[in-house]
Amino acid sequence: MITTTGLTKVYQSRDREVTALDGVDLHVREGEVYGVIGQSGAGKSSLIRCVNLLERPTSGTVTVAGQDLTALAGRGRRASAELRRARTRIGMVFQHFNLLDSRTVLDNVELPLEILDFSGQERTRKAKELLDLVGLSDKAKAYPGQLSGGQKQRVGIARALAGDPQVLLSDEATSALDPETTRSILQLLRDLNQQLGLTVLLITHEMDVVKTICDSAALMQRGRIVESGTVGELLATPGSELAHELFPVGGTASGPDRTVVDVTFQGESASQPVISQLSRTYNIDISILGAAMDTVGGKQIGRMRIELPGRFEENVVPIGFLREQGLQAEVVEDETGPKAGTGTEAPAVVVPEQTPAALTKEVVK
Amino acid sequence: MTWSEMQPLLTQGTVDTLYMVLWSALVTVAGGLPLGVLLVLTDKGGLLQNTVVNKVIGVIVNIGRSLPFIILLIALIPFTTWVVGTFIGPTAMIVPLAVGAIPFFARLVETAIREVDHGLVEAVQSMGGSIPTIVRKVLLPQALPSIVSGVTTTLIVLIGYSAMAGAVGGEGLGSQAITNGFQRFDNRFMLVTVALLVVIVTVIQVIGDIAVRLLARRGRTAS
Repeated sequence: MITTTGLTKVYQSRDREVTALDGVDLHVREGEVYGVIGQSGAGKSSLIRCVNLLERPTSGTVTVAGQDLTALAGRGRRASAELRRARTRIGMVFQHFNLLDSRTVLDNVELPLEILDFSGQERTRKAKELLDLVGLSDKAKAYPGQLSGGQKQRVGIARALAGDPQVLLSDEATSALDPETTRSILQLLRDLNQQLGLTVLLITHEMDVVKTICDSAALMQRGRIVESGTVGELLATPGSELAHELFPVGGTASGPDRTVVDVTFQGESASQPVISQLSRTYNIDISILGAAMDTVGGKQIGRMRIELPGRFEENVVPIGFLREQGLQAEVVEDETGPKAGTGTEAPAVVVPEQTPAALTKEVVK
Repeated sequence: MTWSEMQPLLTQGTVDTLYMVLWSALVTVAGGLPLGVLLVLTDKGGLLQNTVVNKVIGVIVNIGRSLPFIILLIALIPFTTWVVGTFIGPTAMIVPLAVGAIPFFARLVETAIREVDHGLVEAVQSMGGSIPTIVRKVLLPQALPSIVSGVTTTLIVLIGYSAMAGAVGGEGLGSQAITNGFQRFDNRFMLVTVALLVVIVTVIQVIGDIAVRLLARRGRTAS
């Protein structure tokens, strides 16, 4: 639905160049909620602004719903009529809502319909429908200044949906809201995604947002996408930083002769009593150092850090058992521990989690 | 001069002043508003970025603003004669008044429009809005309270200018004050004219303030 290839954006300021986007290839499938996460300055904002060409990329292409927007853009700074027409089918919501405070809520939602040349009656009818959809029909005559942050964002969403877009871009839509309101807005986005089949591309710096509604996610650092994939794929990727951030598990080995394993459960395997099976089958004592369970995109997903007695060599079989059960099992290296050598003996299993190499690993799809 | 002698002169003076001021204000808004908008749009980073146009408008506006009005008044006599057919009388005065006030008002409009949140412009761009749409539906409505306050300031400046116009053959309270008050040493007449000007300025200011408050209150009640 949204594809960017080799997208770069370089800002020229007097005597130096700042590269905000450094060859971004993004692929958002139709009907999914895709989250791009990263710290401020990572280039997320430039990325989402390049998707509807509010910012002109320095090079690369943007295709939305099969239409190459970069080709429509023309050369000048002004948006061509074709680009403007394409933008009417891409909704966008903003961190600071960007509502016109001189217009009522209803008139704000009517604004895009005015641009689309709807008749007065049609506009009002449609705007009322949209306000109903976001649960604000009673606020039609109010001014934005009289609304709470969450209500303002609902108006922003209603406005973004006015042109019947196939794609919704969300630029930190929940970052100015409190946690509770954030949840209700995310729920609304999720509902819209499911009811209208709307494809949502959102950028955020909050991992919770990704966890709550995203089907897929990408991690941005210094203008590049360093990891991307569906949440399931990310969790299944050894050493994935996003997976680690989504499901942080802590805990260190209690002694030198212990093996620490991170186990990732998803879907079917989450409901199986694997740990007790493991314990019974191999007659070993297992301690749980840390665990995180959650529902992501309607699926039960969890990570657990467990400790097995004995060195890695003694635990090859139990770890194999975990893998047979369809679980992801990664051995956690103790950085200071004497087990460094085991990595060379079993390279398929050992993932040094904190090395920089792991941070830049692309997910193999 | 007695009261009954003064009254027709003052009435005529007030009518002439208001006639000059209101018409020239109309021309000023018609000319200054687009100039102010263009100054913002053509500026660096603006929607219609165009350094040449921006610089040219900027220089013209600055020249217009730095000339003392009384000099402009005299320098414009040929132009005024060309436009109106004469350079004497209230109608002729509308020309130099408007020419003097347009640059002033254009700068006020520029400032007002610069204050509009750029996020709103982006929002309308993201809906597929064209530049005229952005100007009509975002920049002007959002800047309206500041622009109205600029119109009030401009009206008051015009009243000041119109009094000067009295020196070069304009009519109005300024001219009355010069011919009847100053040249005939009639202090009482002078005082009454001054008082009248103060009243007119105050009334305009109060009306302007109320208008601004009403406009600004939309949407900002209770929050």
